[in-house]
Amino acid sequence: MRKHYQWAWLILVWLIPHLLFAQERQYSGTIISASDNNPIPGVNVVIKGTITGVVTDFDGNFKISAEQGTTLVISYIGFKTQEVLLGGTSSLSVKLEEDVTVLGDVVVVGYGSLSKKDVTGAITTIGSKDFQTGVVTTPEQLIAGKAAGVQIVQNGGSPGAGSTIRIRGAASLNASNDPLIVIDGVPVDNGGIAGSPNPLSLINPNDIETFTILKDASATAIYGSRASNGVIMITTKKGTKGMKPSFNFSTQNSVALIRRKVEVLDADEFRALVTNPENRATAAQIRRMGKSNTNWQDEIYRPAFTTDNNLSYTGDLAKLMPMRASLGFLSQQGILKTDKMDRISAGLNLSPTFLKGNLKVNLNLKGSLSKNNFANQGAIGAAATFDPTQSVDDSTNQAQGRYGGYFEYLDNRRRPNQLAPRNPVGLLNQRQDQSNVLRSIGNLQVDYALPFLPDLRVNLNLGYDVAQGNGTVEVPDSAASNYFTRGQFSEYRQDKRNTLAEFFLNYQKNLDGINSRIDLLAGTAYQDFLTTNYAFRTLTFRRDTLAAIPRPVFPLDKPQNRLISFYTRLNYAFMERLILTATMRWDGSSRFSPDTRWGAFPSAALAYRLTEENFIKNQNVISDIKARVGWGVTGQQDIGANYGHLSVYGISSNTAMYQFGNNFFNMARPSAYDPNIKWEQTTTWNAGVDFGFLKDRITASVDVYYKDTKDLLNVVPTPAGANFSDQVLTNVGSIENRGIELSINTVALKTEKLEWNIGFNVTSNVNKITKLNTQTEPGYQGVPTGGISGGVGNNIQIQSVGHPLNSFFVYQQIYGADGKPVEGQYVDRNSDGVVNASDLYRYKNPAPVFFYGINSNLSYGKFSAGLVIRGSQGNYVYNNVYSNLGTINTVLSRQDFLVNASKNVLETNFNGNLQGADNSKRLLSDYYVQNASFIRLDNLTFGYDFGSFIHSKTLLRANLNLQNFFVISKYKGVDPEIFGGIDNNFYPRPRVITLGLNLSFQ
Amino acid sequence: MKTFNKIFIWVLLPALFWTASGCKKQLDLFPLNDLTPDKVYANAAGYRQVLAKVYGSFATTGNNGPAGSADIPGGGDEGFSDFVRGMWNAQELPTDEAVVGWGDIGLQDFHNLNWTAENGFIRRLYARSYFQIVLCNEYLRESTDTKLSERGIAGADADDIRLSRFEARFLRAFQYWVLMDLFGNVPFVTENDLIGSNLPRQINRADLFNYIESELLAIEGALKEPRTQLYGRADRGAAWALSARLYLNAKTYTGSERLNDAVTYSKRVIDAGYTLHTDYKQLMLADNDQLRSSEFIFTVNYDGNSTQTFGGTTFLTNASIGAPMVAADYGTNGSWAGLRVTKNLPMLFPDSGFSTSALPDRRAQFFKGGSTIDIANIANFPDGYKVIKYRNIKFDGTPGKNWNNSFSDSDFPLFRLAEQYLIYAEATQRGGNGDAGLALQYINNLRTRAEAEQVTAIDLDFILDERSRELYWEGHRRTDLIRFDKFTKNYNWPWKGGAIDGRDVEDYLKLYPIPSNELQANRNLRQNPGPY
Repeated sequence: MRKHYQWAWLILVWLIPHLLFAQERQYSGTIISASDNNPIPGVNVVIKGTITGVVTDFDGNFKISAEQGTTLVISYIGFKTQEVLLGGTSSLSVKLEEDVTVLGDVVVVGYGSLSKKDVTGAITTIGSKDFQTGVVTTPEQLIAGKAAGVQIVQNGGSPGAGSTIRIRGAASLNASNDPLIVIDGVPVDNGGIAGSPNPLSLINPNDIETFTILKDASATAIYGSRASNGVIMITTKKGTKGMKPSFNFSTQNSVALIRRKVEVLDADEFRALVTNPENRATAAQIRRMGKSNTNWQDEIYRPAFTTDNNLSYTGDLAKLMPMRASLGFLSQQGILKTDKMDRISAGLNLSPTFLKGNLKVNLNLKGSLSKNNFANQGAIGAAATFDPTQSVDDSTNQAQGRYGGYFEYLDNRRRPNQLAPRNPVGLLNQRQDQSNVLRSIGNLQVDYALPFLPDLRVNLNLGYDVAQGNGTVEVPDSAASNYFTRGQFSEYRQDKRNTLAEFFLNYQKNLDGINSRIDLLAGTAYQDFLTTNYAFRTLTFRRDTLAAIPRPVFPLDKPQNRLISFYTRLNYAFMERLILTATMRWDGSSRFSPDTRWGAFPSAALAYRLTEENFIKNQNVISDIKARVGWGVTGQQDIGANYGHLSVYGISSNTAMYQFGNNFFNMARPSAYDPNIKWEQTTTWNAGVDFGFLKDRITASVDVYYKDTKDLLNVVPTPAGANFSDQVLTNVGSIENRGIELSINTVALKTEKLEWNIGFNVTSNVNKITKLNTQTEPGYQGVPTGGISGGVGNNIQIQSVGHPLNSFFVYQQIYGADGKPVEGQYVDRNSDGVVNASDLYRYKNPAPVFFYGINSNLSYGKFSAGLVIRGSQGNYVYNNVYSNLGTINTVLSRQDFLVNASKNVLETNFNGNLQGADNSKRLLSDYYVQNASFIRLDNLTFGYDFGSFIHSKTLLRANLNLQNFFVISKYKGVDPEIFGGIDNNFYPRPRVITLGLNLSFQ
Repeated sequence: MKTFNKIFIWVLLPALFWTASGCKKQLDLFPLNDLTPDKVYANAAGYRQVLAKVYGSFATTGNNGPAGSADIPGGGDEGFSDFVRGMWNAQELPTDEAVVGWGDIGLQDFHNLNWTAENGFIRRLYARSYFQIVLCNEYLRESTDTKLSERGIAGADADDIRLSRFEARFLRAFQYWVLMDLFGNVPFVTENDLIGSNLPRQINRADLFNYIESELLAIEGALKEPRTQLYGRADRGAAWALSARLYLNAKTYTGSERLNDAVTYSKRVIDAGYTLHTDYKQLMLADNDQLRSSEFIFTVNYDGNSTQTFGGTTFLTNASIGAPMVAADYGTNGSWAGLRVTKNLPMLFPDSGFSTSALPDRRAQFFKGGSTIDIANIANFPDGYKVIKYRNIKFDGTPGKNWNNSFSDSDFPLFRLAEQYLIYAEATQRGGNGDAGLALQYINNLRTRAEAEQVTAIDLDFILDERSRELYWEGHRRTDLIRFDKFTKNYNWPWKGGAIDGRDVEDYLKLYPIPSNELQANRNLRQNPGPY
């Protein structure tokens, strides 16, 4: 029944264009595809120089009133735009040629590109028109919520903050779970750069044309030992041959406002708690309270302004040199006072062709300089915990010129009390943490079709990714935070150099005799990653070298790793119906010993295009069906250590020497190692179907997958006496991920003036650890993980066989008749009469059961509107703010200072210091593991197209954006979307309002 | 066109060839600063650096002071993973001598006497002892005469390395004694067990006793004369002192007394020229390395600048300080507000007000301001007296050398003369062949130094109390109480077993469990008795 309604709805949608043009009839026509002579619905037919136009109907027909002698511009995505001069004939028939260069028809894959119809793997492409809008300062945020199977969680609200990206879940415990990122053919270094909040923030999002996300092994296996976490291929904007020169200038200006603060006691609630006789504060503690009412969080946050300005030129210089040049300037404040990032970026792309198109050259150069001032994020926790009855300033300290004039907890000699929280405003204002980071990525790609064998192309790609980060941290000696070290002056510097050489041969041939096409690729690659870390001596604020701060033992260190690879791929199409892809990669990595360093990573996939069958061709509802099935093996070599297979002795620092007689000696320590360490290996199965309905006006994809990772690197306890440590990293574990992805994109409405697109994607991924050790003793619980605040070295999560990654490992809280948790009472789950570590159980985990994104764009004439909604269901977060600050004892544990508590204490009335009870169990109560499912309005955009401005070749657009406007969630903390599931001192993601203008002129 | 073909031939093909041919070597990369074994052991200086680690692994927690690059990364915070702190927790916290207020998971289990095999503190201590044993084994393998001659090391350098082999064996024997005392039957590896070869086998506690004894007998003659080795390195005095301690506790380990041997070895130490330092209150001060030629037999050395850790004497100093105490009075800037003592220890001293004794006793070093002697709540720092025996203050009253007083200089004596006096007296009192008069004199030597009343007669209970007065907070108490059969039953103290007035507990608690992660890793091992 429901299906019928859907069809009725669709028919109605299609009737609208018919109903709308009840106009005077002068010209009519049919538009058909040149390749198959089928009519094309939805084609734009516009009178040149105006915005007046129509769209072809279901049968490719259109009718339009226009004057003779005007020109019609006929355009449709995937086809070359045509212009038709209107003459005397009122009936027109126009054939549109397919445009193979248009994006969407060609899909970027590893080492080349494929026609979309030949794709056999699970690949999602997101073009610039579908990107997130507003102030987006780091590339990965452009596609948040846009692709099924891809989870992008920004790690907080600081300027340039990075994101955790997961493609189809996490497949590793100890190695990297980050996807490989390839920018214009250069696989970039995923590691951080010193002084940069996020290495990707050094890439200007405005230069990006498309993201191609390779998800299953048949797509990724060509990247072998780096492909287990998926591959994100970023293609930057380029000039094309014959294009007219145009300039584009855009400016986006925004203000960010804090959306939600940590709920702690206000001054009145705090006073009431301290003076409540039931809480038995001592007279000394009551005396400690001040007379002010300070909301410390108001003191540390501010409205933050950002301006992002971009100028670009695109054109074909002298008809020889298609190029694009761009310049960007970003200045972003953080909502935490003193937080700031400035970035200047420049990009140049040249794509000339020579020798009648046989020699194609592509040069990409990107560079950026970022200057950061990092706020002391310690202020976030300090503001939550600082006594709200104290004032920001202190008159005695001001008079004496001490501690910046701020109120601080002092001992009776007016020296800072070391266990007390520091004044949050002082923490921010008395610290300068600045950095300068340079990064440049570039490559030169030469593609040459051999004159004596034109089907064979040779391709050479030389690339680099270099970065240098350096910075200083200065804290004046008047700051309470560094009183005992006489302030601080420290420096750091890191250089990174990643060089790439690739060479491949590509043979493409149509074998018409046997109805086949083949596309064969074979190549080799060399990539080297060198990091140089410089060591500096930390000095006092006054650079007082007399202070006996030891020197570093080594002035610098140069960790390095290298990959050498060979790869091959065959694409074979038979009768345009059956498409086979097979790939093979051999990777050698310097990270492993000569015996284990070479690995082979095969894949195979088959697709069947039902589109070519007559029963599809002969009807108009289903326009495309492609069924795909793929299998492949990928690896993960990013294990952190570069020399993990070697037995090496490390030399201790000058603060860890040992005394013999009157002399001190640096200690040489052998490290635990596993000589046979190797990559983790993932076998992936994927099956999917792509649908197109109504001439692809509705497209949908469904994929199911199963990923089985073995040889998982796990830190396992070593038998005592058998190695140089109590644990060693070795390949022992297994984990499996399985999931389903669905994405639907539809043009819901399309008329002359109105267009409404809706996209929806949803992903469900579940993982399970299937093996952790070589042997499993009964009673072995697993590997604790997820460190929390409260006590020292406490963990809230565990990796256990048979359970999802990072499952919370907690005591089961007992609740009273009033529904409130009873302090110190936990379920004796094994019924042995005592509640101890054996009663911990696994309860929920931070990964969502499913997550989804909804995108919609609506345009009506000159107006447009868009929204992005992201949501997540079934993800849980440990509220460490509640657990760490949620008791009366939080406030009253010390005689010499008071600490503010979470408002949660008013609900639970937890004491936190029960006599005779093991108070530490409270931290591990499942009460604090909270449902953090959410729906977030990520982005709401309104645009207005002014059209010609000043003169006809200048076009102006304006936009208004609201980002992160609301979040619907039951979760009680600042933000439910916290990767890793432990909420503590989280930098809040602000609400951002952006006003932007875009000016283009030719 | 031809040019491009040339480019293809001259540039691209060689590039391809180079990649294919050079790849084997291209992938052999080595670290810049870390050294492969052939480089470490290339000369005597390298051997000395490894020997520094063989010793220093019971002082620091890792290769970066005070923390970073941990030796034992498993099981949580690095600051908890040093030897002295771990051993001290295991020996003192389950007894009447100490409680700690912190809520770190597993820490309260010591005083509550309800630990599990998952306890992270027990795990780290166990791993620390084996870490040092494995280093000793590796050093022994790399310093054989064959290896030395292969590497061209000869003369005085080679002689010192040969001597240091006996020291490594001493350190290994010491750590096996620690393991035997705390865990009973434990895995056993020597230099004959190569890294990562076979799963170590468990050795019976009595057999381990025999091994330790045989090692000590084998090395004592080869070690340097007492008081002649460099400070920090073990000499014959250290081996004798360990032997005396081993024999005194023999019944615990093997079921049979070895009292005469305890008398013999303690007497050897006593007669080797060691003397009591004049002022007891200076024993654990910042420049207590001055006692190297008098009372200290073997020490773990710390230095506020060069040997930094969050364990060791920095822990023992800072953890005892909290409001209203002022950290600077103790030469430190840290007040960690954790450790206190149950009333039973101060009550052993006359000036606590609980004793009828006339003279004071300078060994009573407690801070009482703002405190109650009773502990109503272990988590509440004002409950219970603070022990201020460890202070980062020099004899002249100035603070230790670390420029901002973050880390202590005080060295921790694993063996000092006073213990040997007490061993002689106790072994004699228990029926060993010592001289009772001499035993009484040794006790009175200690009391004289303490400016306490002389005694005319002693019995075993008195000796146990005297040991506590003299050696409290030096890591002996659990072993002592077990030897006197007062650890689990026959004697209670506040909060013993989690009850405010203390309660009897099960006898299996005399041994700690083998950590569960170790059972997971080594299927040769059997767990100790108990509900683990």
